[in-house]
Amino acid sequence: MKPAIGALLLCAMFLAISQLSANSVSTWPGLNSMQFHLGGDTYAELRKAPNKAVNRPNPMENDGQAVAAGKLLFLDHCSECHGDDAKGGRKGPSLRVSDVQNATPGTLFWLLTNGVVRKKMPAWSKLPEPQRWQLVRFLRSPEAVPNPSTDAATKP
Amino acid sequence: MIYVRLTLVLALVLPSLAFSGSVAAQENPYFVAYDHNLEEPGNLEVEYFSTFGTQRAGKDFHSYWTEFEYGVTAWWTSEFYLDAQTTFHDSTVYSGFKWENRFRVLKHEHWINPVLYAEYEDTNGTDKTLKEVVGHDAELDYLTSNAEARQEHKREMELKLILSSNTKGWNFSENIIAEKNLSNEPWEFGYALAASRPLALKGSATRCTFCRQNFIVGAEMYGGLGDRHSFGLRETSHYLAPVAGWNLPSGWTLRVSPGFGLNDNSHKFLLRWGLSREFKGLDQLLRRMFGAKS
Repeated sequence: MKPAIGALLLCAMFLAISQLSANSVSTWPGLNSMQFHLGGDTYAELRKAPNKAVNRPNPMENDGQAVAAGKLLFLDHCSECHGDDAKGGRKGPSLRVSDVQNATPGTLFWLLTNGVVRKKMPAWSKLPEPQRWQLVRFLRSPEAVPNPSTDAATKP
Repeated sequence: MIYVRLTLVLALVLPSLAFSGSVAAQENPYFVAYDHNLEEPGNLEVEYFSTFGTQRAGKDFHSYWTEFEYGVTAWWTSEFYLDAQTTFHDSTVYSGFKWENRFRVLKHEHWINPVLYAEYEDTNGTDKTLKEVVGHDAELDYLTSNAEARQEHKREMELKLILSSNTKGWNFSENIIAEKNLSNEPWEFGYALAASRPLALKGSATRCTFCRQNFIVGAEMYGGLGDRHSFGLRETSHYLAPVAGWNLPSGWTLRVSPGFGLNDNSHKFLLRWGLSREFKGLDQLLRRMFGAKS
């Protein structure tokens, strides 16, 4: 049993050190942690999508259930990093910015499929294609990005 | 005694998990094969697996192991195992520990996605998890009593090349295994093949436990490939096993797999089952524990 406990302690130490070293840099004053994680230009990866991917239409575009299903998938798999309201969190950038909203459905699908694995965004190819398209529908829907005027009107 | 030890280890880990939230998992149903999908960074998956095996001319057994799988980065997953085993009408023994690491090689998704796997095993001869089958594996090797088998101490290094594809809702995985006992024994080889698919590909618009999308079914085939001196499919065991997984919205995943031996060297029947839960935000918990500013 002694080796097992030793190995467990070793793993815990190793994980702690890796976390500390990763996180110590992101708390430098004046440095946006998301910019650090994703490079100087947070959304640069979107521009790397190949033309073939950019031009792919969303097969779920006319699916009445796609936005609702996409919202559940977002809450299950994406909100942990990007926040429940997609405004960004400690680990992931905002998805309500124009870079994301102006990207084609095919570009967003490509990014979801491939991730940015060198910069902490996992590849989501384990979700079946229809679910990834449902996520794309949700991300580009008014539910994910409320109209600012509607927002203001609903505030007390 | 083994239950006391495992409980102690779990008692150390589980309270800390209480501070983290669970996350709905999308796990494959495999027990032996690996695919290229790694753990999400910062998440911890705690898994319990069991294998019940029949033994001709001997006593049936129940082996079980606990896995702690952590996503270090989006391209690196680290996993720690604790193994134990009960042989009926014999005894219950601790079998050892394993530490594995999986590394995603390529930046983008491709038709075939390679992942490199490296594992260190420190076990005794009572290990009957059958997590992989390598070399000239035979059912007869498992006849030794626990008292005798635990005298054997094995330190092994295991390497795998994991090749995996996701296409049209299907996952296809091929694993090529090479294992070396760090004492003076030859390299042994094995393989695992698997395919699986969710019962439905579209996500449901409402939260549901019994939706078809939550169920994944498939099959695994695995076996030995001999060793460096006599490579091949002969004089070793092979298995075929249907697999099924159920990903619950609460974050739990249940898996079950009846496995069937394909030749006289194989155990006739293996029944595997598993329960796992994924917890998000272990990295944040560690940050707080070590005093990092939020």
